[in-house]
Amino acid sequence: MPERSSVPKPNRTVSRYALRLVALVYLLFLLVLPVALICWQTFKDGLGPFFDALTTHDALHAFQVTFIVALWAVALNTVFGIGAAILLVRHQFPGKRILNAVIDLPLAVSPVVVGLALILVYGKFSSFGGWLEDNGIQIIFSTPGMVLATVFVSLPLVVRAVVPVLEELGDEQEQAAQTLGAGRWQTFRRITIPGIRSALAYGIVLCLARALGEYGAVAVVSGRLVGQTQTLTLYVEERFQNFEQPAAFAAATALALIAIISLLVIKLLQRKAD
Amino acid sequence: MTSDILETDSAGSGTPPGPARPVARRRSPSAPTALGLGSAVIFLSLIVLIPLAAVIWKSAGEGPGFFWKSVTTPDAWAALKLTIVVSIIVALINLVMGTLIAWVLVRDSFPGKAVLDTLIDLPFALPTIVAGLVLLELYGTDSPLGVNLAYTRVGVAAALLFVTLPFVVRTVQPVLLELDREMEQAAASLGAGNATIFRRIILPNLLPAMVSGTALAFTRSIAEFGSTVLISGNLPFKTQVAAVQIFGQIENDNTASAAAVSTVLLVVAFVVLVTLDLVQRWRSRRA
Repeated sequence: MPERSSVPKPNRTVSRYALRLVALVYLLFLLVLPVALICWQTFKDGLGPFFDALTTHDALHAFQVTFIVALWAVALNTVFGIGAAILLVRHQFPGKRILNAVIDLPLAVSPVVVGLALILVYGKFSSFGGWLEDNGIQIIFSTPGMVLATVFVSLPLVVRAVVPVLEELGDEQEQAAQTLGAGRWQTFRRITIPGIRSALAYGIVLCLARALGEYGAVAVVSGRLVGQTQTLTLYVEERFQNFEQPAAFAAATALALIAIISLLVIKLLQRKAD
Repeated sequence: MTSDILETDSAGSGTPPGPARPVARRRSPSAPTALGLGSAVIFLSLIVLIPLAAVIWKSAGEGPGFFWKSVTTPDAWAALKLTIVVSIIVALINLVMGTLIAWVLVRDSFPGKAVLDTLIDLPFALPTIVAGLVLLELYGTDSPLGVNLAYTRVGVAAALLFVTLPFVVRTVQPVLLELDREMEQAAASLGAGNATIFRRIILPNLLPAMVSGTALAFTRSIAEFGSTVLISGNLPFKTQVAAVQIFGQIENDNTASAAAVSTVLLVVAFVVLVTLDLVQRWRSRRA
């Protein structure tokens, strides 16, 4: 790279340092200090209180609810994501542009509106939700509703991770496999999936991080029942509002650690995909 | 420079839409395609389309008078106004700071840059409620820095700045990486100063990415809920943003009013995104 080919002029160096300083100070006060402070608050008395706070009955239950909801959401979004990506890249059909646009729609919708939307369709007082309830299926204020909400907010992540790689890959290998007598399923399993593996993993981690951390939409549809439908993010808010700061901080730090780990895994997968 | 062009060229023909597409287009959608498409449409309808349609239906269901009344109740109107104004300010700060950060990440080099580059995505990965909590700890009533932004509009803006940080950085960064340095060197050799080079060479190239990143930050801001819940203190007329106001209405079983305010948010986001799409399409057709 011929980056440093010309000797930098002095005023150029000054402006370079000035820009660097502004960026660093901005990021320090907006991002680094707040996150570091919460970690320090959590760990200042050692690891003991952190683990104690996370192993109370309510906290463990919140972990459990969070993981159940996230796993369902990720599973559904993965199946949908692969299917939709293949449709968008490999097939022609009328309305393709609309499908493409609708997949991105969830990113522009407020989480609270997502919750409201689901309540209006699946809530007890709607005709469809009422009918489901009469048949013993409760969606809102229960796990299925939380799964729906989480699927909604993380819907585009797997699709958008897989589509560019699938485009890049082309379908020559798939066609070759089919010419050699492979069936659709075999081609998919032996050719398509290995080709998109890294991108798919990247999309799944992204989706998992979003699912574990969803707050607004889940807050609306879960009814926030402590010990029943309380996820980790709801637990953080509830404990904080009840002035149980150590519990809130411990759970927040746990969530932050999950976020940081997902971030590192994503970077690793991105580098591998490149 | 020439190698760059060759590379993009070969990459363009490396993804062969040519031989791939006609095979699929030979027949109208085959049975498996139709089955897959059907499943995808049902999935999207059950989770996204029907529920969103229900929000709009609900807000319109009791007539335009009711819609107008719900949106213009003093607290709803104040919340909407605050949301839009703060989001515009936040988007503009992002426009400047996001571009600056992208510039530093691409053109500067210093120890720890890679870590910083990874950190930029943290707001996307961090749960919004945690974002609100960490900001409230540093800038709350017992702030170790002595800066108390709790329950103020500045606090709301800070929360929104936190969650929208990656948008402009991540849209501008790749464009800046691709930008041909030789254009700048040519301009410099012809006697152009830093400011002229920036204004005449760099800015026009970055502008589309800057605008789309800013628009995305804006739509995210008007929709934001989790990060503002704690730091805003939820004071009507002062710090209550639209999403929090909607949440309160839902809690009070006032779903029709909640749907009306939600519809306004949906329409604003829709208009911004469609405009952005049209502008991008118009630009790419001219290019």
